[in-house]
Amino acid sequence: MEKKEPVLQLKHVTKRFGEVAANEDISLDVYKGEILALLGENGSGKTTLMNLISGIYFPDEGEIYANGKQVVIASPRDAFSLDIGMIHQHFKLVDVLTATENIVLGLEEEGKLDLKKSAARIEEICEKYGFSMDPSKKIYDMSVSEKQTVEIVKVLYRGASLLILDEPTAVLTPQETQTLFGVLRNMKQDGKSVIIITHKLAEVLEISDRVAILRHGRYITSMDTDKVNAQELTDAMVGHAVSLNIERPIPKKPRDRIVVEGLTVKSEDGVVKLQNVGFHARSGEILGIAGVAGNGQKELLEAIAGLQPIESGSIRYLDEDGKEEELVGKDPQAIMELGVSLAFVPEDRLGMGLVGNMDLADNMMLRSFRNGKGIFTDRKAPRELAEQVVEKLEVNTPGIATMVRKLSGGNVQKVLVGREIANAPTVLLTAYAVRGLDIHSSYTIYDLINQQKKSGVAVVYVGEDLDVLLELCDRILVLCDGQVSGIVDARKTDKQEIGFLMTSVGGGTDAQ
Amino acid sequence: MLGFLIRFIPRAVGQGIPLMYGSVGETLTEKSGHLNLGTAGIMYVGGICGVIGAFLYETGRKTLNPFLGIAIPLVCCLVGSLLMGLLYCFLTVSLRANQNVTGLAMTTFGIGFGNFFGGSLIKLSHADLPSIALSKTSALFAAKLPFAGSLGWVGKIFFSYSFLAYAAILIALGVSYVLNHTRTGLNLRAVGESPATADAAGINVTRYKYTATCIGAMISGLGGLYYVFDYASGVWSNNAFGDRGWLAIALVIFTIWQPVHSIWASIAFGGLYILHMFIPAGTNLAIKEIYQMAPFLATILMLILTSINNKRENQPPASLGLSYFREDR
Repeated sequence: MEKKEPVLQLKHVTKRFGEVAANEDISLDVYKGEILALLGENGSGKTTLMNLISGIYFPDEGEIYANGKQVVIASPRDAFSLDIGMIHQHFKLVDVLTATENIVLGLEEEGKLDLKKSAARIEEICEKYGFSMDPSKKIYDMSVSEKQTVEIVKVLYRGASLLILDEPTAVLTPQETQTLFGVLRNMKQDGKSVIIITHKLAEVLEISDRVAILRHGRYITSMDTDKVNAQELTDAMVGHAVSLNIERPIPKKPRDRIVVEGLTVKSEDGVVKLQNVGFHARSGEILGIAGVAGNGQKELLEAIAGLQPIESGSIRYLDEDGKEEELVGKDPQAIMELGVSLAFVPEDRLGMGLVGNMDLADNMMLRSFRNGKGIFTDRKAPRELAEQVVEKLEVNTPGIATMVRKLSGGNVQKVLVGREIANAPTVLLTAYAVRGLDIHSSYTIYDLINQQKKSGVAVVYVGEDLDVLLELCDRILVLCDGQVSGIVDARKTDKQEIGFLMTSVGGGTDAQ
Repeated sequence: MLGFLIRFIPRAVGQGIPLMYGSVGETLTEKSGHLNLGTAGIMYVGGICGVIGAFLYETGRKTLNPFLGIAIPLVCCLVGSLLMGLLYCFLTVSLRANQNVTGLAMTTFGIGFGNFFGGSLIKLSHADLPSIALSKTSALFAAKLPFAGSLGWVGKIFFSYSFLAYAAILIALGVSYVLNHTRTGLNLRAVGESPATADAAGINVTRYKYTATCIGAMISGLGGLYYVFDYASGVWSNNAFGDRGWLAIALVIFTIWQPVHSIWASIAFGGLYILHMFIPAGTNLAIKEIYQMAPFLATILMLILTSINNKRENQPPASLGLSYFREDR
């Protein structure tokens, strides 16, 4: 590639959240008229970096240059004025307003509000880049891809010449993705620069001119897309495995506990979240589930726990004597009583499972409030349980009468996982159990999970960190785009294979 | 029939105007995402502040300067309700206090404030009755259009009102125009629907919330002023304002947050409110209370209808009653 003018340069940019450096010493150039793909694992700092450019966060160190001049981007408004526009993963649109109204929102144009004129300009933009959109349609009547179009047009309407798209294809169907790529190519022709964040290698190779790779908040390298292949990209993205020593006993007499066949789940707005998923979860074994966030992990666990409506397929539960029970159509309470326990740690930690304004003992009671005599609940047992959990898991709390929301994240997770385990489950479903925890707390949780495994519980462990999945699990199921792209023996596989499966829809063969 | 209408409509309008002010002010406030249940208190404060101003000016004067006679109570009323609005904003926008609790406290406070100063003025004026009569100021406020009398029944139904009544209609139309046809209105609606989106679009959310709530409070306050000086002919007696503030809040729901509908709906509510006075002679007067329930029944009916219809435009602003933290995004 011949030397081009950079439109945006980052020099030694660092952003810390508390002690954690989300971005460390990143230097990156973006050139005019190119599509740059930003690639990296979860938590490698891609979104943080883009938020720095679009004015959501402010860098702790380092400089940003736009068109050769040093600039300060302190708010989204500053970014607009530098012609930088970001399309967030979660759309920022007002539902009851029309597309046009959303697009002109907050703009200080000359003259009075003239929606007809604005709509005409919007149509012009749409025609120029090949969008199709009805400017007078209300947002709540729109599909996800239409909403995304509104977001992109909104940014173009403001005259952006550098567009940042944070995982734009995550919510799109393959056809919609192709339309979007067509639009992006048109923008490139028009001399605009595009930064696209994606996990899907195939898309990176298809759309981008250059790939920049981040790992653990650091800039690793950038490569011209036409000179690399998927394998090289995976290697650079994953880096070298850091060895963790997690105990992994050989499963004793594993028997099928949960059998899932042909499971298909759709979200409320009709997007397929899981497609024809099938696997066996066995007693005394940890089944890891790997995949880029949002590829159906949550839906899978919720479907088993009875919290997700199911389109088709079956989930059978087999007890000690081999008796089968169909879980589809059962209510969560009945599934729970069979011994299926769900410990899901959502991003906000308290969203599901615990009530922030209640104390430890009361939170324990959420599982047992039905026990007790007559109209009275049994308060003694949960209190004892809370004390046990605090002692055994070393929960750092002033007492069991402390409100859960006042505890730190790690302690909140210990309380949640502790309660689910205390239920003596036969199937333990955990998701992101160590999200945001420090090493010590993480290992406490791994130990807990291993203890469950040894006592014959079938554990399903959804994790983010591939290293941990490889060390902790017996088998790993890889999800990509709601489909099983492979089930591999964790003792015989490596990160490259998993990383490859994570980004290839339906690839690989069932290795069980 | 015409005779009945000529008697009924002007009275319904007289009842309706304070409600129109209250509901238009409250609608404007709610469009910014703030549910101000203090409206009743603010209307009360608006009324008593006008009374205080008029009392200080009128007492001891034989004739009033027409301009000052109107301007002093008007300014006092606006300042009083503005201060109430600012207090509400400070508590709910800046300190993010619970809006319902704050609003209810403001209503209690406003009524207490009104009764305290009302009581004091009654003492000062050495009146025989427990009320203050400010008839000279009232005469200025209640002045009707000069040609109303010469137009027969048309004049009586359409032109027999004071300037504050026409101002209420103009304000309702104006607020409606601003909300639906200007950039400011669009931004304000976005603030009430989704402050995070508005913030990301570069709109100053706090400024919009303060401005809308304070202007809303001032409009509501005018309702109290109209009530005292026009409807009640300048006679202030404690607690006479009654539950009109709540009726105004009910009207906001009834008009599905469209100030323009408030014009006819307020008058209709006013009519329902006084319907009991037109009960044919001879009926048991106990039934009167049932008549007075009519506006509230109409509101409940409207709530049921809009819920069944479930159209997104007819719902309250999506973030009504919620505080906004930028860090939450």
